[in-house]
Amino acid sequence: MSDPIIAASGLTRRFGDTLAVAELTLEVRRGEVFGFLGHNGAGKTTTVRLLNGVLTPSAGQARVLGLDPMADGPALRRQTGVLTETPSLDERLSARLNLSLYADLYGVPKGEVKPRVEALLKTFELAERADDKVGAFSKGMKQRLALARTVVHQPVLLFLDEPTAALDPVAARQVHEMILHTAREGRTVFMNTHNLVEAQRLCDRVAVMEHGRLVAIGSPHDLARRLVRNLTVEFELAPDSTAQALQVLQQAPGAASAGPRNGVIVVSGAERAAIPDLIALLVGAGVPIYQVAPQEPTLEDVYFALHSETEVKP
Amino acid sequence: MNWRAIWAIMRKDLRVVLQNKGVVLPIILVPVILFVVLPLLVLWLPMATSSAGADNGDLQELLSMVSPGLRAQLEGLDTNAAGAVFFLVYMLAPLFLIVPLMVANVIAADSFVGEKERKTLEALLYTPTTDGELLTGKLLSAWLPALAVSLLGYALYSITANLAAVQLVGKPLFPNLIWTVMVVWVAPAAAAFGLTSMILVSTRAKTFQDAYQTGSLVVLPMVVLLLAQTTGVIYFNIWLTLALGLVLWIVSLALLYYGKRTFHRTELIARL
Repeated sequence: MSDPIIAASGLTRRFGDTLAVAELTLEVRRGEVFGFLGHNGAGKTTTVRLLNGVLTPSAGQARVLGLDPMADGPALRRQTGVLTETPSLDERLSARLNLSLYADLYGVPKGEVKPRVEALLKTFELAERADDKVGAFSKGMKQRLALARTVVHQPVLLFLDEPTAALDPVAARQVHEMILHTAREGRTVFMNTHNLVEAQRLCDRVAVMEHGRLVAIGSPHDLARRLVRNLTVEFELAPDSTAQALQVLQQAPGAASAGPRNGVIVVSGAERAAIPDLIALLVGAGVPIYQVAPQEPTLEDVYFALHSETEVKP
Repeated sequence: MNWRAIWAIMRKDLRVVLQNKGVVLPIILVPVILFVVLPLLVLWLPMATSSAGADNGDLQELLSMVSPGLRAQLEGLDTNAAGAVFFLVYMLAPLFLIVPLMVANVIAADSFVGEKERKTLEALLYTPTTDGELLTGKLLSAWLPALAVSLLGYALYSITANLAAVQLVGKPLFPNLIWTVMVVWVAPAAAAFGLTSMILVSTRAKTFQDAYQTGSLVVLPMVVLLLAQTTGVIYFNIWLTLALGLVLWIVSLALLYYGKRTFHRTELIARL
């Protein structure tokens, strides 16, 4: 396996008495879309700052693209692009000027600035408003422009901090498409988000932060399998056997509750291993079964499972 | 030093600053008042008082208060001519220094604090520019316009003041040695003082208005100089002008040294 593009070990940052990031150890692989999940204040933005060498760690170390963020900050930031939580655009300037100024700041070869800016304006669907002041843009347009600015120097590693926060669903969908587009171009994406649907849709792997500590890491699917033991299972049965089926299921040892919903019986709190026993019980009782559909747990289930665990832990 | 990045920071700051009316208005109004309106008043007032039949006793009283050195400079001139030389060459000298000071100060307030207020600083801190390049870009984006406005103001002032001087003294007064030293030596130092003091202010101020108001206190030394000259304590001879420039440069360099030590992106981002 190739070297990780990000490797953090015991990375810690304190602000006075507050522990913003506590002994964070993780690796991000080249080419993956990595989701960094957590509540507001969980330490996500601080981690991005630490990994880009704009904030000094209180303890621990990190290597990003093989470089030490604190010692090699400028060299590192030449290869990373950061979409900040607020678009951080100069609203008194035009979209075109915002992009060309940052192209200069990132050292894009002079001859390439103009064609690259024009191409980005087109890709991010801003060409028609390229000379308008950014202050007049909608939130979605600002976010697209900020994303375009993030890739103006063609970074190999992107940090996206809450890329769709405060966007309406249409604008958020557009930004998701842009993120997938940049990921398809072979870039590694490190995405801070508290939008679990977004993470599930976009990320190959996720890490969950809680009060500055990493509490889980893995693919959304693996985490769901590992951490959410109780499933919801939908049984589609012959319509006239619902009452009999409910009687059987409500007495079954492997189900927490069972009830009818939209023409199916929904059993919740079932352990995965108990599903064959539930089916056997129904078959044994002579209930005709048309379909059994276990609902795979979502990242949201994972998140709340983890959250309830950490709430319980001292 | 990556001069392309420094130039980009300057370009960005200047373009943004020039769209802030709170910055542009004082940059235009103060030089116009000092370099056009005041010299024309100097020309108009004696004409108005003589046509109204009033005497110039107040002016004589004021001139009697100036320092002996300055009085010697004005010897042989009639009251109106002496008044014109006093106002145009000496009295307005400390006021002239307010221009580079104020221009640098107000642009630096927008550049350092306004950027924080507009939430545009974070993206800039994530660029590969070094802290030194970032600081240099921001300093130059305030310092160079201050010099440009001073030079332009001086050119304008030379015209309007000479208009008054030819009428009242019978000869042009500009250019002259004191003002040349003022423009090439003291004004750049005053601009440097105006902007380096803003680095300190920017560590505390949260908004452009806060920074502008606190930063404008830097004009106080110039007001003290004006009062000192009017009351006869000092006058702007060549040595005082050279010494004033030297003091301003030393203070500015000290402030720059301190500012450079505090201007680190790791500190700036923690304050966002």
